[in-house]
Amino acid sequence: MRRNLRWFAGIALVAVAAAPWSATLAQQKVLKFIPQADLRILDPIATTAYITRNHGYMVYDTLFAINEKFEVKPQMVDKHEVSKDGLTYTFTLRDGLKFHDGQPVKSADCIASIERWAKRDALGQKLSEATESWKAVNDKTFTLKLKTPFPLTLDALAKPSSNVPFIMPERIAKTDAFKNIDDPTGSGPFKMVKSEWVPGNKVVYVKNTDYVPRKEAPSWASGGKVVKVDRVEWIYIPDSATAAAALNAGEADIWEQMPPDLIPLLSKNKQVVVKNIDPLGSMGMIRFNFLHPPFNNEKIRQAVLYAVDQNDYVIGIAGDKKNGKPCYSYFTCGTPLSSEVSAEPLKGKRNFEKAKQLLKEGGYKGEKVVIIDATDQPIVHSQSLLTLENLKKIGMNAEIQAGDWGTLITRRAVKEPNDKGGWNIFHTWLVGPDMVNPAVNFPIRGTGEKAWFGWPSDPKMEELREAWFKAKTPAESKAAADAVQKRAFEFVPIIPTGQFILPTAYRTNITGLIIAPINLLWNVEKK
Amino acid sequence: MLAYVVRRLFATIVVMAVVAFVVFLLLYLTPGDPAAILAGDAATSEDIRKIREKLGLDDPFLERFGQWLWRLLHGDLGVSIFTNLPVTHLIAQRVEPTLSLTFCTLVISILVAVPLGVVAAARAGSWMDRAVMAFSVGGFSVPVFVLAYILILVFSIELEWLPVQGYRPISEGVWEWARHLVLPSAALGTVYIALIARITRASMLDVLAQDYVRTAQAKGLAPGGILIGHALKNAAVPIATVIGIGVALLIGGAIVTETVFALPGIGRLTVDAILRRDYPIIQGVVLIFSGTYVLINLAVDLSYMFFDPRIRY
Repeated sequence: MRRNLRWFAGIALVAVAAAPWSATLAQQKVLKFIPQADLRILDPIATTAYITRNHGYMVYDTLFAINEKFEVKPQMVDKHEVSKDGLTYTFTLRDGLKFHDGQPVKSADCIASIERWAKRDALGQKLSEATESWKAVNDKTFTLKLKTPFPLTLDALAKPSSNVPFIMPERIAKTDAFKNIDDPTGSGPFKMVKSEWVPGNKVVYVKNTDYVPRKEAPSWASGGKVVKVDRVEWIYIPDSATAAAALNAGEADIWEQMPPDLIPLLSKNKQVVVKNIDPLGSMGMIRFNFLHPPFNNEKIRQAVLYAVDQNDYVIGIAGDKKNGKPCYSYFTCGTPLSSEVSAEPLKGKRNFEKAKQLLKEGGYKGEKVVIIDATDQPIVHSQSLLTLENLKKIGMNAEIQAGDWGTLITRRAVKEPNDKGGWNIFHTWLVGPDMVNPAVNFPIRGTGEKAWFGWPSDPKMEELREAWFKAKTPAESKAAADAVQKRAFEFVPIIPTGQFILPTAYRTNITGLIIAPINLLWNVEKK
Repeated sequence: MLAYVVRRLFATIVVMAVVAFVVFLLLYLTPGDPAAILAGDAATSEDIRKIREKLGLDDPFLERFGQWLWRLLHGDLGVSIFTNLPVTHLIAQRVEPTLSLTFCTLVISILVAVPLGVVAAARAGSWMDRAVMAFSVGGFSVPVFVLAYILILVFSIELEWLPVQGYRPISEGVWEWARHLVLPSAALGTVYIALIARITRASMLDVLAQDYVRTAQAKGLAPGGILIGHALKNAAVPIATVIGIGVALLIGGAIVTETVFALPGIGRLTVDAILRRDYPIIQGVVLIFSGTYVLINLAVDLSYMFFDPRIRY
């Protein structure tokens, strides 16, 4: 009995000791956010994972950012000048920029961060090729000297999606670009509370009270990043039915991306809003392996173009036409460079006879086509099933080899033929900002061994891409992008399968969500 | 008995060493590359090659195993490839939810299942016996996740009595801690109740047919005293065995419950680590599981002496 009393007394003491902490938390405005995935990697340069990019936007800031009109706007930069020859850029930082450890943001931090980013990011590497030197003039001013003009310099520094050129303290940014950093010190509008991080469950951020927002209204990742809550908790709920129930019950405020089949369930609740807040959505795609038959043959890749009906893929991925649409472009539809130039093989009524004829012309001999699938990724899995059906319709000997996402992304790195562990097709998707122009659209590149998985070699595409980089006016840029697209429909590095949006659901007491291709949590208010 | 315990503890070390080697070998042979997962969807083969090199994933098997074993002997289970957090820290974060869920499930299960089994055996063939057996069959048949969704719908969404998901540490208050564990424990405990109730009933029926029970009845002892004092104590050995095995299963096997109720337990840590090929976590967790499992079985074996004085080690 005495032992029991001691036990109860102990529990009571713990409860009493915790009470003041709980009370403090109760007084704060806490935004509970269900993210699209579990945050496992803190380094937005070491990985292109979107969840890590989103974490980056919470804790870091950028020199420039793109607004909803696709214009580059200064963010950490106060003013910048470009020399008349276009070879020297001078940047001056805004007043009051501070890292979370209290240190001021200096030129050296910005230079080290950009240099680390440029080692991993394709557009950053392109900027590096044109760069002669980065130099700190003083703590707040630094210059970029170019060897050759690079008209996309500011676009590169404002790159909105993975990898984003976030600014970190120099001591962290000096880390090897292939080593995963774990110190989340940035100068962004939120601070990560690393001691409360439970990977697989919860990430906690608090308002960075030292952050000085810009005066302009927020527009995508540009403008004033005004934080209107005290604390943000990312609660990772792996089961979507539970996530829906948590939002319904008010245990969560925002669900970043919900599966379309749960829309009817949540729409019944008057306290919940289901809305598409991502103006660009994502683009699904079929990727071929160019090293082995049959898709090392251009005609056979073209044959598949005639068999793919994007309407089916959009329904398969997004569940409803409201959440997606066909996009017959290699550049994200709804952005300046998208067009339907040369898109005829992918548009309109599907022409299976034409596809069969192209297979014949290409000399298809019934080689086995292995589609590697990840059944734990619904977007990948639904596309795989549809492609299997389409290939069978045109007489190809196709089969799915299913596994999980971890297996797929390991196997797609195998360059051997499919009977030795290789593959012929995989599916994936990219967010809209990753396909807006030839600079960021890496799947269309034809650099052979250095290219993305599938390793296409297409010197002509690389020439056209180079020409696009040199375009000086929007009209020239558009014409050059059209040429890239024309080539893409000939060479078929990927087949776009449509543009889709996974809607966001939130409670009605939440206001101020920014309409942007990335889920940004500043400006969000909880009433 | 001391010699027996020492022998069993020594065997535990041997078992853990074999498990460590086998797990390391299996992970080495399993397809999947953490470097590819770490690099992200847009990475190139060259990026992955460089990351593999930094992580030492290309080192020969024996070299990697040797390094891991050396660190292990110094009490270091390594660092997660993805989060860069020590494996011991990640496991420590997950121990409380898992132990809490296990404890609550066990308490609920024993408190419900043993009386049900005893009553069913005492009233064998009656409607009560049939009802307990029907519940038992139902408990086995309904998948945990279905039951979990039903409980969430009724108690969280409709009645708004209990939270849908999540875990609150006991340091944030006993009430909140308990509220967050009621539904997961009920969902997980149903199968366990069914199992213990059936074993209790079968074991009790066996004991109730023994001569000494008849003697006790002939002596005029109260039926309750016979059931609890004589029969249940003698029927306890198989019940304790099932409970012991169940504890080990609960610690490692509550994955579905932890997923549905978003509980940050060890089960989910393991599954997440397997899906992303986070080798140090998988190795650490499996090693600790194996040790725990062996120790629980030792405790169960020792408990037999309490229930049956004839058993001696």
